[in-house]
Amino acid sequence: MRDVAVIGIGCTPFGEKWGSSFRDLFVQAGTMALEDAGVAGEEIGAMYVGNMSAGRFIEQEHVGALIADYAGLASDHIASTRVEAACASGGLSFRQAFIAVASGIEDIVVAAGVEKMTDVGTGASVDALAGAADREWEGFVGATFPGLYAMIATDYMNRYPLTREQLAEVAVKNHYNGARNPIAQFSQEITIETVLSSSLVADPLRLFDCSPITDGAAAVVLAPLERAREYTDTPVRVLASAQASDTIALHDRRDISTLDATVAAGKRAYAMAGLSPGDIDLVEVHDCFTIAEICAIEDLGFCRKGEAGRLTAEGVTALGGDLPVNTSGGLKACGHPVGATGIKQVCEVVQQLRGEAGRRQVDGARVGMTHNVGGTGATVAVHILGV
Amino acid sequence: MSSVARFWRKIPQRYNLAGTQCTTCGRYFFPPRYLCPDCRRAGKIRQHRFSGLGKVVTYTVIRSASEQFEQMTPYVLAIVELDEGPRLTAQLVCSPDEVRIGMRVRPVFRRISADGESGVIHYGTKFAPDTP
Ligand SMILES: [Zn+2]
Repeated sequence: MRDVAVIGIGCTPFGEKWGSSFRDLFVQAGTMALEDAGVAGEEIGAMYVGNMSAGRFIEQEHVGALIADYAGLASDHIASTRVEAACASGGLSFRQAFIAVASGIEDIVVAAGVEKMTDVGTGASVDALAGAADREWEGFVGATFPGLYAMIATDYMNRYPLTREQLAEVAVKNHYNGARNPIAQFSQEITIETVLSSSLVADPLRLFDCSPITDGAAAVVLAPLERAREYTDTPVRVLASAQASDTIALHDRRDISTLDATVAAGKRAYAMAGLSPGDIDLVEVHDCFTIAEICAIEDLGFCRKGEAGRLTAEGVTALGGDLPVNTSGGLKACGHPVGATGIKQVCEVVQQLRGEAGRRQVDGARVGMTHNVGGTGATVAVHILGV
Repeated sequence: MSSVARFWRKIPQRYNLAGTQCTTCGRYFFPPRYLCPDCRRAGKIRQHRFSGLGKVVTYTVIRSASEQFEQMTPYVLAIVELDEGPRLTAQLVCSPDEVRIGMRVRPVFRRISADGESGVIHYGTKFAPDTP
Protein backbone atom coordinates (compact mmCIF):
# COMPACT_ATOMS: atom_id res chain seq x y z
CA MET A 1 0.00 0.00 0.00
CA ARG A 2 1.29 3.48 -0.92
CA ASP A 3 1.21 6.54 1.31
CA VAL A 4 -1.38 9.07 0.14
CA ALA A 5 -1.56 12.86 0.49
CA VAL A 6 -4.17 15.56 -0.03
CA ILE A 7 -2.66 18.09 -2.46
CA GLY A 8 -5.61 20.39 -3.07
CA ILE A 9 -8.92 21.45 -1.52
CA GLY A 10 -11.95 23.48 -2.62
CA CYS A 11 -15.26 24.25 -0.96
CA THR A 12 -18.16 26.48 -2.00
CA PRO A 13 -19.79 28.79 0.50
CA PHE A 14 -22.55 26.81 2.27
CA GLY A 15 -26.12 28.05 2.55
CA GLU A 16 -29.38 28.44 0.68
CA LYS A 17 -27.93 29.06 -2.76
CA TRP A 18 -31.01 29.89 -4.80
CA GLY A 19 -28.86 31.16 -7.69
CA SER A 20 -26.70 28.04 -8.01
CA SER A 21 -27.62 24.67 -9.50
CA PHE A 22 -26.24 21.24 -8.54
CA ARG A 23 -23.84 21.50 -11.50
CA ASP A 24 -22.76 25.06 -10.65
CA LEU A 25 -21.91 24.07 -7.09
CA PHE A 26 -19.88 21.06 -8.09
CA VAL A 27 -17.95 22.86 -10.83
CA GLN A 28 -17.12 25.69 -8.42
CA ALA A 29 -15.70 23.36 -5.74
CA GLY A 30 -13.90 21.12 -8.25
CA THR A 31 -12.27 24.05 -10.01
CA MET A 32 -11.06 25.49 -6.70
CA ALA A 33 -9.55 22.14 -5.68
CA LEU A 34 -7.73 21.63 -9.00
CA GLU A 35 -6.40 25.20 -8.93
CA ASP A 36 -5.27 24.74 -5.33
CA ALA A 37 -3.45 21.53 -6.31
CA GLY A 38 -2.06 22.91 -9.56
CA VAL A 39 -3.40 19.83 -11.33
CA ALA A 40 -4.57 19.88 -14.94
CA GLY A 41 -7.85 18.14 -15.75
CA GLU A 42 -6.23 15.56 -18.00
CA GLU A 43 -4.01 14.34 -15.14
CA ILE A 44 -7.05 13.09 -13.21
CA GLY A 45 -7.45 9.33 -13.31
CA ALA A 46 -10.66 8.94 -11.37
CA MET A 47 -13.34 10.81 -9.48
CA TYR A 48 -15.62 9.81 -6.62
CA VAL A 49 -18.61 11.92 -5.70
CA GLY A 50 -20.52 11.63 -2.44
CA ASN A 51 -24.20 12.40 -2.94
CA MET A 52 -27.12 11.23 -0.84
CA SER A 53 -30.21 11.94 -2.83
CA ALA A 54 -29.99 13.88 -6.08
CA GLY A 55 -32.90 11.68 -7.16
CA ARG A 56 -35.16 13.13 -4.47
CA PHE A 57 -33.72 16.64 -4.35
CA ILE A 58 -33.29 17.44 -8.07
CA GLU A 59 -34.74 14.33 -9.78
CA GLN A 60 -31.35 13.47 -11.24
CA GLU A 61 -29.53 10.14 -10.92
CA HIS A 62 -26.31 9.06 -12.62
CA VAL A 63 -24.49 12.02 -11.14
CA GLY A 64 -21.02 10.44 -11.45
CA ALA A 65 -21.07 10.87 -15.21
CA LEU A 66 -22.91 14.20 -15.00
CA ILE A 67 -20.22 15.67 -12.80
CA ALA A 68 -17.33 14.38 -14.92
CA ASP A 69 -19.08 15.85 -17.95
CA TYR A 70 -19.63 19.33 -16.46
CA ALA A 71 -16.13 19.29 -14.99
CA GLY A 72 -15.04 19.23 -18.64
CA LEU A 73 -13.67 15.71 -18.48
CA ALA A 74 -16.09 13.84 -20.76
CA SER A 75 -13.56 13.64 -23.60
CA ASP A 76 -10.95 12.19 -21.20
CA HIS A 77 -13.40 9.40 -20.30
CA ILE A 78 -12.23 9.29 -16.68
CA ALA A 79 -13.67 6.77 -14.21
CA SER A 80 -16.32 8.65 -12.22
CA THR A 81 -18.33 6.97 -9.46
CA ARG A 82 -21.13 8.14 -7.19
CA VAL A 83 -20.87 6.98 -3.58
CA GLU A 84 -23.96 6.89 -1.34
CA ALA A 85 -24.24 6.34 2.42
CA ALA A 86 -26.75 9.05 3.41
CA CYS A 87 -24.98 11.79 5.40
CA ALA A 88 -21.71 9.79 5.30
CA SER A 89 -21.58 9.82 1.48
CA GLY A 90 -18.73 12.36 1.48
CA GLY A 91 -16.62 10.46 3.99
CA LEU A 92 -17.00 7.27 1.98
CA SER A 93 -16.18 9.09 -1.24
CA PHE A 94 -12.91 10.27 0.36
CA ARG A 95 -12.18 6.73 1.52
CA GLN A 96 -12.78 5.28 -1.96
CA ALA A 97 -10.42 7.87 -3.46
CA PHE A 98 -7.83 7.05 -0.79
CA ILE A 99 -8.09 3.32 -1.56
CA ALA A 100 -7.75 3.96 -5.30
CA VAL A 101 -4.48 5.89 -4.82
CA ALA A 102 -3.10 3.70 -2.00
CA SER A 103 -3.64 0.57 -4.09
CA GLY A 104 -1.59 1.96 -6.95
CA ILE A 105 -4.44 1.65 -9.43
CA GLU A 106 -4.81 5.43 -9.77
CA ASP A 107 -2.42 8.35 -9.22
CA ILE A 108 -4.38 11.60 -9.20
CA VAL A 109 -7.92 11.19 -7.87
CA VAL A 110 -10.63 13.71 -6.96
CA ALA A 111 -12.92 13.02 -3.98
CA ALA A 112 -15.96 15.27 -4.00
CA GLY A 113 -19.32 15.69 -2.35
CA VAL A 114 -22.33 17.73 -3.39
CA GLU A 115 -25.92 18.22 -2.31
CA LYS A 116 -28.49 20.66 -3.66
CA MET A 117 -31.27 20.51 -1.08
CA THR A 118 -33.30 23.71 -1.47
CA ASP A 119 -34.86 23.00 -4.88
CA VAL A 120 -37.60 21.12 -2.99
CA GLY A 121 -39.72 22.38 -0.09
CA THR A 122 -38.92 21.67 3.55
CA GLY A 123 -41.49 18.84 3.80
CA ALA A 124 -39.98 17.03 0.83
CA SER A 125 -36.42 17.45 2.10
CA VAL A 126 -37.38 16.21 5.58
CA ASP A 127 -38.98 13.19 3.91
CA ALA A 128 -35.90 12.53 1.75
CA LEU A 129 -33.64 12.73 4.81
CA ALA A 130 -35.84 10.20 6.64
CA GLY A 131 -34.57 7.71 4.04
CA ALA A 132 -31.25 7.74 5.94
CA ALA A 133 -32.97 5.67 8.65
CA ASP A 134 -35.20 2.58 8.29
CA ARG A 135 -38.06 3.65 6.03
CA GLU A 136 -40.28 0.62 6.73
CA TRP A 137 -39.89 0.42 10.51
CA GLU A 138 -38.95 3.93 11.62
CA GLY A 139 -40.20 6.43 9.03
CA PHE A 140 -43.48 4.58 8.43
CA VAL A 141 -44.63 4.97 12.03
CA GLY A 142 -43.83 8.69 12.13
CA ALA A 143 -40.19 8.79 13.18
CA THR A 144 -38.50 11.91 11.83
CA PHE A 145 -34.73 12.17 11.67
CA PRO A 146 -34.60 14.74 14.53
CA GLY A 147 -37.01 12.46 16.41
CA LEU A 148 -34.55 9.56 16.29
CA TYR A 149 -31.70 11.70 17.62
CA ALA A 150 -34.12 13.07 20.24
CA MET A 151 -34.65 9.50 21.45
CA ILE A 152 -30.85 9.16 21.76
CA ALA A 153 -30.85 12.38 23.81
CA THR A 154 -33.67 11.14 26.09
CA ASP A 155 -31.83 7.87 26.71
CA TYR A 156 -28.49 9.63 27.24
CA MET A 157 -29.86 12.22 29.67
CA ASN A 158 -31.61 9.49 31.65
CA ARG A 159 -28.36 7.56 32.11
CA TYR A 160 -25.58 10.16 32.25
CA PRO A 161 -25.11 13.62 33.74
CA LEU A 162 -25.94 16.01 30.89
CA THR A 163 -27.96 19.17 31.43
CA ARG A 164 -30.09 20.92 28.85
CA GLU A 165 -27.75 23.93 29.17
CA GLN A 166 -24.63 21.81 28.49
CA LEU A 167 -26.29 20.47 25.35
CA ALA A 168 -26.96 24.05 24.24
CA GLU A 169 -23.26 24.88 24.77
CA VAL A 170 -22.46 22.63 21.77
CA ALA A 171 -24.52 24.87 19.47
CA VAL A 172 -23.14 28.07 21.05
CA LYS A 173 -19.55 26.90 20.48
CA ASN A 174 -20.20 25.80 16.91
CA HIS A 175 -21.86 29.11 16.02
CA TYR A 176 -18.86 30.94 17.54
CA ASN A 177 -16.58 28.93 15.24
CA GLY A 178 -18.88 29.33 12.26
CA ALA A 179 -18.79 33.10 12.72
CA ARG A 180 -15.03 32.81 12.04
CA ASN A 181 -15.42 30.68 8.91
CA PRO A 182 -16.08 32.62 5.68
CA ILE A 183 -17.89 29.69 4.01
CA ALA A 184 -20.27 29.02 6.94
CA GLN A 185 -24.04 29.19 6.44
CA PHE A 186 -24.50 31.09 9.72
CA SER A 187 -22.16 33.94 10.57
CA GLN A 188 -23.77 35.14 13.80
CA GLU A 189 -22.87 34.03 17.30
CA ILE A 190 -25.66 32.80 19.57
CA THR A 191 -26.19 32.38 23.31
CA ILE A 192 -27.56 29.54 25.44
CA GLU A 193 -30.77 31.58 25.62
CA THR A 194 -31.04 31.52 21.80
CA VAL A 195 -31.05 27.73 21.90
CA LEU A 196 -33.36 27.33 24.89
CA SER A 197 -35.93 29.79 23.55
CA SER A 198 -36.05 28.27 20.05
CA SER A 199 -39.03 26.08 19.18
CA LEU A 200 -39.18 22.41 20.19
CA VAL A 201 -38.68 20.08 17.21
CA ALA A 202 -38.61 16.75 19.02
CA ASP A 203 -38.24 16.84 22.82
CA PRO A 204 -35.70 17.57 24.19
CA LEU A 205 -34.21 18.88 20.93
CA ARG A 206 -35.00 22.42 19.80
CA LEU A 207 -34.48 24.15 16.47
CA PHE A 208 -31.00 25.37 17.47
CA ASP A 209 -29.97 21.80 18.35
CA CYS A 210 -30.45 20.82 14.70
CA SER A 211 -28.22 21.31 11.66
CA PRO A 212 -29.87 23.23 8.81
CA ILE A 213 -30.83 22.35 5.24
CA THR A 214 -27.97 23.48 3.02
CA ASP A 215 -26.70 23.67 -0.55
CA GLY A 216 -23.00 23.18 -1.11
CA ALA A 217 -20.14 21.22 -2.62
CA ALA A 218 -16.59 20.36 -1.65
CA ALA A 219 -13.72 18.61 -3.43
CA VAL A 220 -10.20 17.47 -2.61
CA VAL A 221 -7.38 16.10 -4.78
CA LEU A 222 -5.36 13.06 -3.66
CA ALA A 223 -1.99 11.87 -4.93
CA PRO A 224 0.69 9.36 -3.92
CA LEU A 225 2.81 10.99 -1.18
CA GLU A 226 5.97 10.41 -3.24
CA ARG A 227 4.56 12.62 -6.01
CA ALA A 228 2.80 15.18 -3.82
CA ARG A 229 5.66 17.69 -3.76
CA GLU A 230 5.51 17.97 -7.55
CA TYR A 231 2.25 19.83 -6.93
CA THR A 232 2.39 21.47 -3.51
CA ASP A 233 4.76 22.57 -0.75
CA THR A 234 2.16 21.68 1.86
CA PRO A 235 0.97 18.10 1.27
CA VAL A 236 -1.20 16.69 4.07
CA ARG A 237 -0.77 12.97 4.63
CA VAL A 238 -3.70 10.60 5.10
CA LEU A 239 -2.58 8.69 8.19
CA ALA A 240 -5.69 6.49 8.49
CA SER A 241 -8.92 5.68 6.72
CA ALA A 242 -11.57 3.60 8.48
CA GLN A 243 -15.21 2.74 7.95
CA ALA A 244 -17.76 0.75 9.96
CA SER A 245 -21.43 -0.18 9.81
CA ASP A 246 -24.20 -1.03 12.27
CA THR A 247 -27.94 -1.82 12.23
CA ILE A 248 -29.96 0.53 10.01
CA ALA A 249 -32.61 1.07 12.72
CA LEU A 250 -31.78 2.81 15.99
CA HIS A 251 -34.01 0.40 17.95
CA ASP A 252 -31.83 -2.58 16.95
CA ARG A 253 -28.60 -1.12 18.39
CA ARG A 254 -26.79 -2.73 21.31
CA ASP A 255 -26.86 0.62 23.13
CA ILE A 256 -29.05 3.60 22.12
CA SER A 257 -26.56 6.24 23.33
CA THR A 258 -23.33 4.72 22.00
CA LEU A 259 -22.65 4.67 18.28
CA ASP A 260 -20.82 1.34 18.07
CA ALA A 261 -19.88 2.08 14.45
CA THR A 262 -18.10 5.24 15.65
CA VAL A 263 -16.28 3.22 18.30
CA ALA A 264 -15.26 0.57 15.72
CA ALA A 265 -14.18 3.03 13.01
CA GLY A 266 -12.28 5.10 15.59
CA LYS A 267 -10.36 2.08 16.90
CA ARG A 268 -9.48 0.98 13.37
CA ALA A 269 -8.28 4.48 12.51
CA TYR A 270 -6.11 4.82 15.64
CA ALA A 271 -4.59 1.38 14.95
CA MET A 272 -3.86 2.19 11.30
CA ALA A 273 -2.19 5.50 12.21
CA GLY A 274 -0.41 4.10 15.28
CA LEU A 275 -1.92 6.94 17.31
CA SER A 276 -4.19 7.36 20.32
CA PRO A 277 -6.86 9.98 21.12
CA GLY A 278 -4.28 12.08 23.01
CA ASP A 279 -2.34 12.58 19.75
CA ILE A 280 -5.23 14.33 17.97
CA ASP A 281 -4.92 18.15 17.88
CA LEU A 282 -8.40 18.87 16.48
CA VAL A 283 -11.42 16.92 15.26
CA GLU A 284 -14.36 17.60 12.97
CA VAL A 285 -17.23 15.45 14.29
CA HIS A 286 -20.66 14.81 12.80
CA ASP A 287 -22.86 17.17 14.86
CA CYS A 288 -26.08 16.82 12.86
CA PHE A 289 -27.68 17.42 16.28
CA THR A 290 -26.04 18.72 19.46
CA ILE A 291 -26.44 15.32 21.15
CA ALA A 292 -24.53 13.73 18.25
CA GLU A 293 -21.42 15.81 19.07
CA ILE A 294 -21.63 14.76 22.73
CA CYS A 295 -21.78 11.07 21.76
CA ALA A 296 -19.04 11.41 19.12
CA ILE A 297 -16.50 12.98 21.52
CA GLU A 298 -16.99 10.03 23.87
CA ASP A 299 -17.29 7.27 21.30
CA LEU A 300 -14.04 8.40 19.62
CA GLY A 301 -12.27 7.89 22.95
CA PHE A 302 -11.54 11.51 23.89
CA CYS A 303 -13.22 11.05 27.29
CA ARG A 304 -15.36 8.57 29.19
CA LYS A 305 -19.08 8.14 28.59
CA GLY A 306 -21.02 10.85 30.37
CA GLU A 307 -18.20 13.44 30.49
CA ALA A 308 -18.57 15.30 27.18
CA GLY A 309 -21.27 17.72 28.36
CA ARG A 310 -19.16 18.93 31.28
CA LEU A 311 -16.03 19.21 29.08
CA THR A 312 -17.98 21.24 26.52
CA ALA A 313 -19.28 23.62 29.19
CA GLU A 314 -15.70 24.00 30.53
CA GLY A 315 -14.44 25.06 27.09
CA VAL A 316 -12.20 22.03 26.48
CA THR A 317 -13.68 21.60 22.97
CA ALA A 318 -13.68 25.32 22.12
CA LEU A 319 -11.07 27.19 20.08
CA GLY A 320 -8.13 27.56 22.45
CA GLY A 321 -9.20 24.49 24.45
CA ASP A 322 -7.25 21.23 24.76
CA LEU A 323 -9.24 19.56 21.96
CA PRO A 324 -10.96 21.99 19.57
CA VAL A 325 -14.02 20.25 18.10
CA ASN A 326 -15.68 21.47 14.90
CA THR A 327 -13.53 24.52 14.24
CA SER A 328 -15.41 24.90 10.92
CA GLY A 329 -18.62 25.53 12.82
CA GLY A 330 -19.61 21.91 12.30
CA LEU A 331 -22.77 20.79 10.59
CA LYS A 332 -24.67 23.05 12.97
CA ALA A 333 -23.26 26.44 11.92
CA CYS A 334 -21.21 25.76 8.78
CA GLY A 335 -24.21 23.91 7.30
CA HIS A 336 -24.95 20.35 6.23
CA PRO A 337 -25.28 19.71 2.50
CA VAL A 338 -25.40 15.99 3.30
CA GLY A 339 -23.23 14.52 0.53
CA ALA A 340 -20.66 17.33 0.80
CA THR A 341 -20.21 17.32 4.58
CA GLY A 342 -17.61 14.54 4.80
CA ILE A 343 -15.41 16.29 2.22
CA LYS A 344 -15.86 19.70 3.86
CA GLN A 345 -14.56 18.15 7.09
CA VAL A 346 -11.39 17.09 5.24
CA CYS A 347 -11.05 20.60 3.75
CA GLU A 348 -11.26 22.12 7.25
CA VAL A 349 -8.65 19.78 8.73
CA VAL A 350 -6.29 20.37 5.76
CA GLN A 351 -6.66 24.15 6.19
CA GLN A 352 -5.85 23.81 9.89
CA LEU A 353 -2.80 21.59 9.28
CA ARG A 354 -1.50 24.00 6.63
CA GLY A 355 -1.95 26.89 9.09
CA GLU A 356 -4.42 28.61 6.75
CA ALA A 357 -7.50 28.69 9.00
CA GLY A 358 -7.31 32.40 9.79
CA ARG A 359 -9.30 33.53 12.84
CA ARG A 360 -10.15 29.95 13.80
CA GLN A 361 -6.58 28.58 13.49
CA VAL A 362 -5.55 25.98 16.07
CA ASP A 363 -1.95 26.89 16.97
CA GLY A 364 0.60 24.24 16.03
CA ALA A 365 -1.96 21.73 14.74
CA ARG A 366 -0.17 18.70 13.29
CA VAL A 367 -2.75 15.88 13.46
CA GLY A 368 -6.48 16.19 12.76
CA MET A 369 -9.42 13.80 12.56
CA THR A 370 -12.71 13.72 10.66
CA HIS A 371 -15.82 11.77 11.75
CA ASN A 372 -18.74 11.43 9.33
CA VAL A 373 -21.96 9.57 10.22
CA GLY A 374 -24.66 8.14 7.96
CA GLY A 375 -28.20 7.94 9.37
CA THR A 376 -28.31 7.50 13.14
CA GLY A 377 -25.00 5.62 13.09
CA ALA A 378 -25.46 2.81 10.56
CA THR A 379 -22.38 4.01 8.65
CA VAL A 380 -19.36 5.83 10.05
CA ALA A 381 -16.18 7.00 8.33
CA VAL A 382 -13.17 8.20 10.35
CA HIS A 383 -10.02 9.68 8.82
CA ILE A 384 -6.81 10.93 10.42
CA LEU A 385 -4.64 13.44 8.58
CA GLY A 386 -1.23 14.76 9.54
CA VAL A 387 1.73 16.92 8.57
CA MET B 1 -46.61 7.93 -3.33
CA SER B 2 -45.69 4.31 -2.58
CA SER B 3 -47.63 1.44 -4.10
CA VAL B 4 -50.39 -0.36 -2.24
CA ALA B 5 -48.46 -3.64 -2.55
CA ARG B 6 -45.55 -2.18 -0.63
CA PHE B 7 -47.82 -1.72 2.35
CA TRP B 8 -50.05 -4.75 1.80
CA ARG B 9 -47.25 -7.31 2.00
CA LYS B 10 -46.36 -6.07 5.49
CA ILE B 11 -49.93 -6.28 6.86
CA PRO B 12 -49.36 -9.39 9.02
CA GLN B 13 -46.44 -7.66 10.71
CA ARG B 14 -48.01 -4.22 11.04
CA TYR B 15 -51.45 -5.44 12.17
CA ASN B 16 -50.59 -8.54 14.19
CA LEU B 17 -46.94 -8.15 15.23
CA ALA B 18 -46.04 -11.32 13.29
CA GLY B 19 -42.31 -11.87 13.67
CA THR B 20 -39.88 -14.75 13.78
CA GLN B 21 -37.70 -16.72 16.17
CA CYS B 22 -34.40 -18.53 15.61
CA THR B 23 -34.94 -21.90 17.32
CA THR B 24 -31.19 -22.60 17.19
CA CYS B 25 -30.31 -19.83 19.66
CA GLY B 26 -33.79 -18.82 20.85
CA ARG B 27 -33.57 -15.16 19.78
CA TYR B 28 -36.78 -13.41 18.68
CA PHE B 29 -37.02 -10.94 15.78
CA PHE B 30 -39.39 -8.10 15.11
CA PRO B 31 -39.58 -6.99 12.37
CA PRO B 32 -39.07 -10.55 11.14
CA ARG B 33 -35.64 -11.67 10.03
CA TYR B 34 -35.08 -14.82 8.03
CA LEU B 35 -31.32 -14.87 8.64
CA CYS B 36 -30.26 -14.96 12.31
CA PRO B 37 -27.35 -12.50 12.83
CA ASP B 38 -25.88 -14.84 15.48
CA CYS B 39 -26.33 -18.26 13.85
CA ARG B 40 -26.46 -17.09 10.21
CA ARG B 41 -26.97 -20.11 7.91
CA ALA B 42 -27.07 -22.54 10.87
CA GLY B 43 -30.13 -20.77 12.31
CA LYS B 44 -33.56 -22.46 12.00
CA ILE B 45 -36.26 -19.79 11.71
CA ARG B 46 -39.93 -20.19 12.70
CA GLN B 47 -42.85 -17.75 12.77
CA HIS B 48 -43.78 -16.13 16.08
CA ARG B 49 -46.68 -13.84 16.91
CA PHE B 50 -45.79 -11.37 19.64
CA SER B 51 -48.23 -10.55 22.45
CA GLY B 52 -47.13 -6.94 22.12
CA LEU B 53 -46.64 -6.43 25.84
CA GLY B 54 -43.49 -4.55 26.67
CA LYS B 55 -41.95 -1.40 28.09
CA VAL B 56 -40.71 2.00 26.93
CA VAL B 57 -36.92 2.18 26.44
CA THR B 58 -36.72 5.81 25.27
CA TYR B 59 -39.08 8.38 23.76
CA THR B 60 -39.59 11.82 22.27
CA VAL B 61 -42.50 14.10 21.43
CA ILE B 62 -42.61 14.90 17.71
CA ARG B 63 -43.60 18.56 17.24
CA SER B 64 -42.58 18.92 13.60
CA ALA B 65 -43.36 16.05 11.24
CA SER B 66 -43.40 15.16 7.56
CA GLU B 67 -46.60 15.83 5.59
CA GLN B 68 -48.39 12.54 6.28
CA PHE B 69 -48.03 13.05 10.04
CA GLU B 70 -48.30 16.82 10.37
CA GLN B 71 -51.98 16.71 11.44
CA MET B 72 -51.16 14.42 14.36
CA THR B 73 -48.51 16.60 16.02
CA PRO B 74 -47.59 16.64 18.80
CA TYR B 75 -47.36 12.86 19.16
CA VAL B 76 -45.30 10.60 21.39
CA LEU B 77 -42.80 8.35 19.62
CA ALA B 78 -40.94 5.64 21.51
CA ILE B 79 -38.67 2.65 21.26
CA VAL B 80 -40.58 -0.22 22.85
CA GLU B 81 -38.92 -3.40 24.09
CA LEU B 82 -41.24 -6.39 23.73
CA ASP B 83 -41.18 -8.90 26.58
CA GLU B 84 -39.56 -11.49 24.26
CA GLY B 85 -36.62 -9.10 23.71
CA PRO B 86 -36.86 -7.36 20.33
CA ARG B 87 -37.27 -3.59 20.14
CA LEU B 88 -39.33 -1.55 17.71
CA THR B 89 -40.16 2.09 17.07
CA ALA B 90 -43.83 3.04 17.50
CA GLN B 91 -46.20 5.82 18.46
CA LEU B 92 -47.69 5.82 21.93
CA VAL B 93 -51.35 6.60 22.48
CA CYS B 94 -50.90 8.85 25.51
CA SER B 95 -50.22 12.46 26.34
CA PRO B 96 -46.66 13.84 26.31
CA ASP B 97 -46.85 14.30 30.10
CA GLU B 98 -47.74 10.67 30.69
CA VAL B 99 -44.81 8.88 29.05
CA ARG B 100 -41.95 7.57 31.22
CA ILE B 101 -38.92 5.38 30.60
CA GLY B 102 -39.76 1.87 31.79
CA MET B 103 -43.53 2.43 31.43
CA ARG B 104 -45.42 -0.82 30.64
CA VAL B 105 -47.34 -0.76 27.35
CA ARG B 106 -49.80 -2.91 25.38
CA PRO B 107 -50.55 -2.88 21.64
CA VAL B 108 -53.54 -1.08 20.09
CA PHE B 109 -54.69 -1.11 16.46
CA ARG B 110 -54.79 2.42 15.04
CA ARG B 111 -54.60 4.54 11.93
CA ILE B 112 -50.92 5.34 11.31
CA SER B 113 -51.02 7.84 8.44
CA ALA B 114 -52.82 8.95 5.30
CA ASP B 115 -50.66 8.73 2.18
CA GLY B 116 -50.83 12.14 0.51
CA GLU B 117 -53.13 12.73 -2.43
CA SER B 118 -53.75 9.05 -3.19
CA GLY B 119 -55.61 9.01 0.12
CA VAL B 120 -54.53 5.48 1.09
CA ILE B 121 -54.97 5.18 4.84
CA HIS B 122 -52.37 3.05 6.60
CA TYR B 123 -53.18 1.13 9.75
CA GLY B 124 -50.83 -0.54 12.17
CA THR B 125 -49.84 -1.07 15.78
CA LYS B 126 -49.41 1.69 18.31
CA PHE B 127 -48.93 1.20 22.04
CA ALA B 128 -50.93 2.43 25.04
CA PRO B 129 -50.00 2.60 28.73
CA ASP B 130 -50.78 -0.80 30.29
CA THR B 131 -52.24 0.15 33.64
CA PRO B 132 -52.98 -2.90 35.82
ZN1 LIG C 1 -29.82 -17.80 16.10
